[in-house]
Amino acid sequence: MAFVAFLIKRLLQAVLVMFVISLIGFSIQDNLGDPLRELVGQSVSEAQREAMRDELGLNDPFLVQYGRFLGKAVQGDLGRSYFFKRPVLDVIGDKFPATADLVLGATLIIVLVSVPLGCWCAIRPRHWLSRIAMGASIIGISIPVFLTAIFLIYLFSVNLGWLASFGRGEHLVEIAPGWTTGFLTLDGLSHLILPSIALSSIMMPLFIRLIRSEMMEILEQDYIKFAWAKGLAARRVWFLHAFKNTLLPVITVGGVQIGTMLAYTILTESVFQWPGLGFMFIEAVTRVDTPLIIGYIIVVGLIFVVTNTVVDLIYTMVNPTVRLMGAAR
Amino acid sequence: MTFTLKSAATGALMACAVAVGADVAGVAPADAKTLRMAYDADPVSLDPQEQLSGGTLEMAHMVFDPLVRFTQDMAFEPRLAESWERIDDTTMRFHLREGVTFHSGNPFTAEDVVFTFNRMKKSPDFKGLFEPFEAAKAIDDYTVDLITTEPYPLVLNMATYIFPMDKEFYTGTDENGKPKDIIIKHGDAFATSHESGTGPFVVTAREQGVRVEFTRFADYWDTESPGNVTEIIFTPIKEDPTRVASLLSGGVDYIKPVPPNDLERLGNDPNVNLVTMGGTRIITLQMNQKRVEAFKDPRVRQAIVYAINNAGIVDKIMKGFGTVAGQQSAPGMVGYNPDLTPRYDLAKAKALMKEAGYEDGFSVTMMTPNNRYVNDAKIAEAVAAMLARINIKVDLTTLPKAQYWPEFDVRAADIMMIGWHADTEDSANYTEFLTMTPNADTGFGQYNAGNYSNPKVDEMILQSQTMVDLEARAALLQDVERILYDDAAFVPLHWQNLSWAARKGVHIEDIVNVMDFPYLGDLVIDD
Repeated sequence: MAFVAFLIKRLLQAVLVMFVISLIGFSIQDNLGDPLRELVGQSVSEAQREAMRDELGLNDPFLVQYGRFLGKAVQGDLGRSYFFKRPVLDVIGDKFPATADLVLGATLIIVLVSVPLGCWCAIRPRHWLSRIAMGASIIGISIPVFLTAIFLIYLFSVNLGWLASFGRGEHLVEIAPGWTTGFLTLDGLSHLILPSIALSSIMMPLFIRLIRSEMMEILEQDYIKFAWAKGLAARRVWFLHAFKNTLLPVITVGGVQIGTMLAYTILTESVFQWPGLGFMFIEAVTRVDTPLIIGYIIVVGLIFVVTNTVVDLIYTMVNPTVRLMGAAR
Repeated sequence: MTFTLKSAATGALMACAVAVGADVAGVAPADAKTLRMAYDADPVSLDPQEQLSGGTLEMAHMVFDPLVRFTQDMAFEPRLAESWERIDDTTMRFHLREGVTFHSGNPFTAEDVVFTFNRMKKSPDFKGLFEPFEAAKAIDDYTVDLITTEPYPLVLNMATYIFPMDKEFYTGTDENGKPKDIIIKHGDAFATSHESGTGPFVVTAREQGVRVEFTRFADYWDTESPGNVTEIIFTPIKEDPTRVASLLSGGVDYIKPVPPNDLERLGNDPNVNLVTMGGTRIITLQMNQKRVEAFKDPRVRQAIVYAINNAGIVDKIMKGFGTVAGQQSAPGMVGYNPDLTPRYDLAKAKALMKEAGYEDGFSVTMMTPNNRYVNDAKIAEAVAAMLARINIKVDLTTLPKAQYWPEFDVRAADIMMIGWHADTEDSANYTEFLTMTPNADTGFGQYNAGNYSNPKVDEMILQSQTMVDLEARAALLQDVERILYDDAAFVPLHWQNLSWAARKGVHIEDIVNVMDFPYLGDLVIDD
């Protein structure tokens, strides 16, 4: 019962968030530029452009335009992209699998590297590997993702010729209707590796440091000392007692960071010409494709709400003492 | 057989691509030559009349053929028109090539040219260019007359824009009940995603913004073309460093454009075939006489031209990848006046300011885009610093192009930047848009943010529009450039150069041109 109430509450929150986002998106659209400029050649007359603006309804008062948008939006129609000439949600749906691949790839790399490395740095803070990891993470956190990406391309595709430098490759596997993934073929993987590393490079240092400091703090706690005193095996102390409690703040931060990750897909996808949501968004901004811009921010808002909900659910699983918001105490 | 595509039906699209792939491999595996290419953007539509832009024309030269086209030295070359003759002052007769087929299998006739012309007159983007034309008339199956309202000197220039479309194919209604020949700029239209041209390549798959695949048209009429490319995979790569890296890593065979910073590196690479060429897009600054009283004084405008070291800008900021300009018309164009050289002379600039009574200078605002022209924002910063030396304080704002154009439309700053390429490849076009007296009814001076107005210039340009004596017309247009130069009507900076790069063995040097519409049908790739 508490669970259902929680979900309903979250659902209402999501609707509210998307409503507010659409309102903000709509009110800034006039400052994004003139979409007509991108639709016609430079020598087309102002009168001609004005006529098209009328046709598109861009000269209507704000409330009329917004009302029209809301009326369609509640029926699941966010309008048509000027550039793709197709419904906004179709375009976003087409681009989503590419971004999902990339985020999954980066997440895998982050988890597989930062968890062992963070633990190691906490357990053996003076070891040379720990010192290198700490030093490297400082450098990593201060290099912009754009530079990391270009460096990776020049090293691994231009000089060594091992990995592809752009796009998703040609051999993708369709795992569901309209949903393709590059994880299942060599060609797909060779295209995925560099962008995933570039994207993970942003979050990696943060997670290594977070896991390290949390775990160091926990290793100092009394119950760990008792565990040692009880004569438990080192592995059991570290990975069962200490690590499990290290995870709590890591999950919270991780949930928030997924949002940041989506923001960084914009940069990573542009550098690698990755046909996903981030690249679509930055292109839409330069083309003043307002329906697509607003559609994107609404969908991203939804993703935020959904991931936060999922994080909260996982949280209760890891730590049963924490109750869902709104649940009976 | 023509492949019709619907972007929504990805499944069908994949099937098409697979079928075609198998087909090509089956017919001539030994001769199959694939060109993988990357431009900075892909065409917005498969309709050659939807948008007047470089991307559209590049596509049109692959999938369609024009009546005539420019050669590398700007002469006219017969394509679907084999020959032409002037019947009278207002009529040009074109004799069409026989035995040409469209991708759909329909034969090409004069009716298709008439259909194409009439559709052009309805296209929001092209009808302005075709304003001087009254009608296209089919005389017989292979003869067509283009009739202008007044004697018109640029009939052949405009014929390079006529890419005959398959009348039968584009007639009728599509599955949504809309006419197949409709042009919709912001919604789905049949011609946006379906094509039947006569060109060397057939579009076999297209995912907008991601890739376009082309296969050579088996029944292509031009059997004398040296071109040996059987398949093209076109991927847009927006980021400059990624595009260059893709060429260097072998991911693609041919790229455009090459960023100025990488020119030296690619030029020195023994495995790269780099081709550069002077372009015709002029970059200028306009000084608004309506907003600034001082700009009404020609001496002040001259002082500004003298104070701006445009040779230095080309050298330092453009890394030599531009041609220093003293006028609008680029070398090789009819109105190009060789006497009008760039002028940079700081002492003279200071003297002129003193003479005009502005020795102590004044303050102005300046606005330029920051992602429209090569290094636009850096150029603007340099100009602001140069003007400080004659005591003109510049308050500079740079904006992304999407936000810049609305500001430009309302003339939001005292000095504004504008680049121009003449769609007609003719000198008069620059003046018509940039320096004639602004007039909302005629559309002249639409991009004249300087509000420069000289009745003499207006009159000369109007006169040039109906002169069919091309020599006298050239002399007249050169005089126009002279007047604009003496008046310092605007600040000429440079013409942007063009650049292409391919791996060795891909002979792009033979197929590129100053309009930047590479004729890929004629591209030769070595074994």
